[in-house]
Amino acid sequence: MIRTLNRRLPGIWATAERRQSALFWLILLLPVPLAIYTIGLGRYAIPTEDVVRALVDYATVGENTGTQPDLAYNIVTRIRLPRIVAAMLIGANLAVTGTAFQGIFRNPLVDSNILGVTSGAGFGAALALLLLRSSFEVQMLAFVFGLVAVMLSYFTSRLYHTAPLLVLTLVGILVGSFFASLTSLLKYVADPLDTLPAITYWLMGGLTDVTRGDIPMLAAISFGGMIFLWGVRWRLNVLSMGDNEALALGLNPTRLKLMIIVCSTLMTAMAVSVGGVIGWVGLVIPHAARTLVGPDHQRLVPSTMALGAVFLLLIDTMSRTLLPAEVPLGVFTGVVGVPLLLVILRVNKTGWR
Amino acid sequence: MNPLLRAETISYAYTPGEPVLHDVSLAVPPRSTVYLLGHNGCGKTTLLEILSGVRPPGGGTVAINGVDISRFPANKRAQRLGLVPQIHTPVFAYTVREVVLMGRTPHLRFLGTPGRRDYEIVDAAIEQVGLAALRDRSYTELSGGERQLTLIARGLAQQTDVLLLDEPTAHLDPANQHHVLETVCALAEQNVAFVISSHNPNSALLYASQVVVMKAGRIVADGPPEHVLTEPVLSAAYEMPIDVIYAGRTARAILPRRTNGNGHQAEPLDPFGPPEAALTSERERRAAS
Repeated sequence: MIRTLNRRLPGIWATAERRQSALFWLILLLPVPLAIYTIGLGRYAIPTEDVVRALVDYATVGENTGTQPDLAYNIVTRIRLPRIVAAMLIGANLAVTGTAFQGIFRNPLVDSNILGVTSGAGFGAALALLLLRSSFEVQMLAFVFGLVAVMLSYFTSRLYHTAPLLVLTLVGILVGSFFASLTSLLKYVADPLDTLPAITYWLMGGLTDVTRGDIPMLAAISFGGMIFLWGVRWRLNVLSMGDNEALALGLNPTRLKLMIIVCSTLMTAMAVSVGGVIGWVGLVIPHAARTLVGPDHQRLVPSTMALGAVFLLLIDTMSRTLLPAEVPLGVFTGVVGVPLLLVILRVNKTGWR
Repeated sequence: MNPLLRAETISYAYTPGEPVLHDVSLAVPPRSTVYLLGHNGCGKTTLLEILSGVRPPGGGTVAINGVDISRFPANKRAQRLGLVPQIHTPVFAYTVREVVLMGRTPHLRFLGTPGRRDYEIVDAAIEQVGLAALRDRSYTELSGGERQLTLIARGLAQQTDVLLLDEPTAHLDPANQHHVLETVCALAEQNVAFVISSHNPNSALLYASQVVVMKAGRIVADGPPEHVLTEPVLSAAYEMPIDVIYAGRTARAILPRRTNGNGHQAEPLDPFGPPEAALTSERERRAAS
């Protein structure tokens, strides 16, 4: 197919470099139109022009000016907009932190959970669901335990003096398993009629309960983190060559990697505390983006943000429109993401060796 | 001539009490190609890392143009000293141009990315090592020699005064070794000094302007190749008998002397006589017979 395209589009498609550049700009243009289109989809279908009018009213006046039905305005601004914004922020978050971690761990098989942030957050949420029960406390504890797990991984690994990267990866996996076991313990003691299903559903991930109030914090941490990772996009290239080369090229790899880990962990913990455990985005999207725009992080970082947002937006739209009952998001990302990754690995020629 | 890079009484130990470098002092003049020879584990790579500033020395100082490199911030240091690592396969399949572009890192501002001028410097460096045709190819698709030249181009794009090469010809065939080292010598003429660690004394014979021989963390000989690459020095450094074979008054080859199980010298393989005779040209041999 690519060969046919090469013949048909001699200009912008002629070389790998031009093709990647064209795809890069195309990917960056995707999220906003797609978001506007998907807001209209759902049990109560809204024409795209009403969606646009509602969004314009919401952004300029702050209330319905009567150009579309009140019901449409309320559904768009109160129910679907927060959910879609959350889906896109979480998708961009998980995808770009996955890219950053693959770069600094020099390993295309890791994602941002490699230091245990998701497992820690899962434990925190389960603990809150078992003991406290308010949704604010669930978010709070998920966020805090996500950070605790990563700190545990990072500082434990510093006790060993050999092969720091390998030890950090290994300790991260161990800490992740440790928190997963603790979560199982909580599930075992939880009330099987009431608390256990709540924990299980939370662990499968979902955006059903997202409200407008969740957005400001999520947006602040997401945008802050994304701006930082965008700022170090060039340095991620150098870090992916290894510590010695980064040092020889005048960087301080230890400090830079710590800053990236802290930033990515805050972002992931925030995403997980709002959306629950949503796997695969951080692994599938970086690979997909690398196949499309090449391995250079200058392009990879922005395009994983856009592709991650688009991917989770589509998955969430599918989960709320395809079947009469909602399918948990974490289930859908796996069901769609795994075959997608298999296809990518089949066609991938340039992303990684 | 004033040395460009000077190391004074460098010592280093990975574990306390087991030093791998003892009071190593070394001077690298401008436009030179300094070869670092020695057995495995004698401290060559450690010394290169210390000279490049990647590894702070346990004792002693490294100075470039008379300024102690520990006083430079990392990026200022990397604008003067470049380390070209042994060839390796990076995890991600960057193009040649992207790899060379990384050499511009010390010249960028914090959170900066390369601009048009950086791309011009990078393309010129790629041109200099003769890889222009491969510029947009993936680094992982290249042969060993091309990868080594890519890394040298990255060192050039770094625009340093000194480039330190860690075994640049370890995995290359003779033609590629020659191509890489000829390129290095041509670049040395253009005012970049090279320090090259190597396990191949023969290439020191051909391409070095100065040879430093190390043994167990100490420098045992330092000087022009014709003074250093001699049988006693090399035999002592590698702890085995080594022959230096001359054609006329010029040393042409360095070979280990083969011994049999009892430690006696093996019979020369050449039926025409001792090893020296083998080097006389085919024409002379025909004239004699």
